[in-house]
Amino acid sequence: MSLKETVSNPYSKWLDASGPESDVIISSRVRIARNLVGYPFPHLLGYDNADKIIYAVQSAILSSTIQKAVGELELSRMTELSPTERQILVEKHLISPDMLEHPEKRAVVLSTNEVVGIMVNEEDHLRIQCLLPGLQLKECWELANSVDDGLEQILDFAFTEEMGYLTSCPTNVGTGLRASVMLHLPALVMTQQINSILTTLSKLGLTVRGLYGEGTQATGNLFQVSNQVTLGLTEDEIIDNLIMVAMQLVTQERAARRALYKEQKYQIEDRVWRAYGLLKYARTITSMDAMNLLSDLRLGVDLNIIPNIPRGLVMELIVMTRPAFLNKLKGEELNPAQRDIYRATLIREKLNSLSS
Amino acid sequence: MLCDRCQKRPAQVHFTQVINNTKKQMSLCTVCAAEMQAESMAAFPQLNLHDFLAGLINHHFTGNQLQTKAIPQVSCEKCGATEAQVAKSGLFGCSECYSQFGQRVKPLLKRIHGSSRHTGKVPRRTGGKAIITKEIRILKGQLQEAINQEEFEKAARLRDRIKELEQQLQ
Repeated sequence: MSLKETVSNPYSKWLDASGPESDVIISSRVRIARNLVGYPFPHLLGYDNADKIIYAVQSAILSSTIQKAVGELELSRMTELSPTERQILVEKHLISPDMLEHPEKRAVVLSTNEVVGIMVNEEDHLRIQCLLPGLQLKECWELANSVDDGLEQILDFAFTEEMGYLTSCPTNVGTGLRASVMLHLPALVMTQQINSILTTLSKLGLTVRGLYGEGTQATGNLFQVSNQVTLGLTEDEIIDNLIMVAMQLVTQERAARRALYKEQKYQIEDRVWRAYGLLKYARTITSMDAMNLLSDLRLGVDLNIIPNIPRGLVMELIVMTRPAFLNKLKGEELNPAQRDIYRATLIREKLNSLSS
Repeated sequence: MLCDRCQKRPAQVHFTQVINNTKKQMSLCTVCAAEMQAESMAAFPQLNLHDFLAGLINHHFTGNQLQTKAIPQVSCEKCGATEAQVAKSGLFGCSECYSQFGQRVKPLLKRIHGSSRHTGKVPRRTGGKAIITKEIRILKGQLQEAINQEEFEKAARLRDRIKELEQQLQ
């Protein structure tokens, strides 16, 4: 699939709900930051040097080691994409919102299945990332690591024995590794256990954020948990640590779901069916309402309250009903009120096509 | 005045959006304003982590805030970034800055990560001595393990290999 096709397709591999522990864990992601020796970091980088780095990455991704590990990779400069297409890559979690600034200095590399990507000249010269459905942090790290091995044969990465990989921001120095899992925790929110859990996580050196990264709210009961420390631990230690915590959260969430369903069967069923009804028949729906109702629907699917709805569909709808995606699907720039109407139409069509 | 978006509730908030350099102003009710904000969250700027970090770096670079004597400013010979710039942005200018700003970097890393020594992956082609150092560290761990298990033959093999590697380092 070319990058142009990628942006017009709401489906990404990470939305596929077939991964391990996928009743709670939506996706796993690993990102490693790398910088080239001899160039200023991106925030001080001129156009000429930015170009040189893009060319260097472009030739390096042709390496046979990488192609063997992850398949074909395609590089696109941000300027080759329309503003809507760029925004869609953000909504699909394939690039960070920061990539939207200074597009003339930036490029993105994606594998055909969207699992592996490299952001070029974001905060660091390279940010290699890997995104898979369910709890697959080890697999993500292995893939990202093999891309790194392949690139490293050609590119000189800034590294010192003592401090490890050097990065623009000192919070990423060392392994340059940030691993995260995205979790759907409706029952822990409903039973009001979430706050004490979040406090505990921060004591374990982990950060919790909303769906779209730093500074965003946890709408739709979706939380992203990631490691904070990147220096002094090995990559395997960081990954194992996060897996252990993620499994704890899975256990807690499952227990809370069972308890809720047992003690408040009718309230839960009512909530789920109401969400289903609203999504199926509403004529206008805001982005936030959609996220929250889809969260309830997903809980209903996971608890087998509503049969015949594929798990992946709920996440696909969340991505599909984000503002830029709606514009893309409609083929025109919609105002918020028009978007709310179109969002409701799309959700209705998707859900009704299932039941017919 | 009614809300521009829902046309139902009274407008109470002035909402300004800048998209591709065009400024759009709307008068919204509190409900719609909250929703609009959630909608545009995908493009929200990062929480001010960098400002926070900048403060931290500033502290490490300037030391005692109450000092009255002017401190000579160090700047990176490679990229020209000054301490003041690094302290302001929270970002280093280039990979050389880490050695150029020398002894002031280590305590900063320690404060952020609780450690200032890398123990993770070493690049194979350019890693140089670091690869050997890392192997020695792993072998030493295995040696201790072998001794604990009283596997002395294995321990002897490991000890010889460590010696060999240590000679390579010199």
